[in-house]
Amino acid sequence: MKSVMSNKLVISLYVLPALALILLLIYIPIVLTGYYGLTDWNGIGQAKFIGLENYINLVKDKMFWESAWHSLLLGIFSTISLIGYLILSLILASKIKGANILRKIYLVPMLLSSVAIAQLWAKIFDPSNGMINRLLMMFGVDNPPLWLADSKLVLYALFIPIVWQYAGFYIIIFYAALKNIPEELIEAAKIDGANPFQIAYRIKIPLISGVIKVMVILAIVGSLKYFDLIFVLTGGGPNHASEVMASYMYTEAFTKYNFGYGSAIGFGLLVICLIMTWLIQKLLSSKEDF
Amino acid sequence: MSNVAYDLQTKTTVPNSYKTSSTLGKRIGFGILYLILGIIAVVQIYPLIWLFLFSLKTNQEVFGMSPFSFPHDPQWGNYAKAWTQGHINLYFFNSVLYTVIAVVLTVILASFVTFAVTRMSWKLSGLVLGLFMAGYMIPLHSTLIPLFSFFKTLHLINNPLSIILSYVAFNLPITIMILSGFYRTLPREIEEAAVMDGCSIHRIFFQITLPMTMPVLSTTIIINMIYNWNEFVFVNTFISSDKWKTITVGVNNFVGQYLTDWGAIGATLIISIIPVLIAFFILSDRIVEGIAAGSVKG
Repeated sequence: MKSVMSNKLVISLYVLPALALILLLIYIPIVLTGYYGLTDWNGIGQAKFIGLENYINLVKDKMFWESAWHSLLLGIFSTISLIGYLILSLILASKIKGANILRKIYLVPMLLSSVAIAQLWAKIFDPSNGMINRLLMMFGVDNPPLWLADSKLVLYALFIPIVWQYAGFYIIIFYAALKNIPEELIEAAKIDGANPFQIAYRIKIPLISGVIKVMVILAIVGSLKYFDLIFVLTGGGPNHASEVMASYMYTEAFTKYNFGYGSAIGFGLLVICLIMTWLIQKLLSSKEDF
Repeated sequence: MSNVAYDLQTKTTVPNSYKTSSTLGKRIGFGILYLILGIIAVVQIYPLIWLFLFSLKTNQEVFGMSPFSFPHDPQWGNYAKAWTQGHINLYFFNSVLYTVIAVVLTVILASFVTFAVTRMSWKLSGLVLGLFMAGYMIPLHSTLIPLFSFFKTLHLINNPLSIILSYVAFNLPITIMILSGFYRTLPREIEEAAVMDGCSIHRIFFQITLPMTMPVLSTTIIINMIYNWNEFVFVNTFISSDKWKTITVGVNNFVGQYLTDWGAIGATLIISIIPVLIAFFILSDRIVEGIAAGSVKG
């Protein structure tokens, strides 16, 4: 029995192909990004080793910190909107009719590619023919906003399709977690005379606090990595007003061919993601005493 | 006492926690609640209906008439135009090809790993599993430049292999995450009996364990399909020749070229999302399950 289930040859055969793939395409590149950040390189010729120059420039680069701030701002918005998703999930999970259909309808945008969502919302935001401004004009707004072309508005405008896309995702997860709560606990509380709000606040939310914590991490770290939709919709513009870390890195590397500096940005993105994950875990762990 | 209440609760299908003392106030409250839930549903779905409507309109209709109107004379020609003019047919075929190959490879490799890690006994199994799981946390963009130069050295830029390998590598973590949750719930008795009978390990895997994981396999397959179909960054970075582009990237280029032809743009977007929507209509439960399983474990 033992020998069959611990046959080293079979284990290697089963594990090594996949392991080789993730080492080669995920872990080694992560290390190389850090190294390329130490070079001056246009992606074609020989990379020239220049020491810490790129990283020193990165720390002093206003654009980088601005893009990091934009990413973080999206993360903060996403975290705040978790409250709304949680309330909706509490309603849907309280045995209401049609909950199953509703949560599936909410999920539909999540299934579309970010490119399709971006192109669709480019049309919705279109200043003269888009759905939003047509609606506003129908209600008598004479000078509706330019949305994506307005550098003061663009980040807030971008957040609308982001909520539209991810709402269903978070609702599905909160709903699943809420459905896992043993029925007996809720029944016992009801018999003790607790009203639905008390049950939600005192019993259900504390019981799914682990899932909520994971979702906060996902919302913030996911926002730090955010790229596709913004890159397609605004390309980081107008005038860098919606630049995020990943779009800054992408433009630097694949449009301007600054592979060295682009790598430094990419490494900065990785470090910030890891620090934030650690930080949120630290901040939220103290509350998990139950 | 509590048992009686519990039985009552489960036997009735109406939400009786609210109905038991059904006052007028509660009914109004319920009405408002449903109204809000309904409005959110409309907000989630209406943009897609609007997209479908303008995909059938002429530019005059899009620019001149209400955005909420129905097309007067549905322009199905927009679809024919999108399908043939912008290489959308070619991109569509490429997307199917990459998606199918990558999904098959991912699911097989992930099943091998999950089997070895959760069913077989060896010292480093925990570490290896951790290595796969942690891959989920790594931002893809931080790997992009080295990947680009790696594929360039191997002459795999503008080659489908770079795309398929990247899809497999980056989807292995989530797939193994979902699979391992299921493998741990499977009973070991059948496998143990098979070992006693002198069954080889490969036969145990292929003929006993793998068939038992069919439900979760279909979940991971559909989740992987959606991810790959929608993927943008890898194709946009590693593929520049039209010949090998996928529909997600191709649609983006098409829109860039035909900026003002709303009808044709709408039609290409609809073509690009139709396969996913059809999959959702057929397999929505599996998709919901996959999304819930994949992230709660995180």
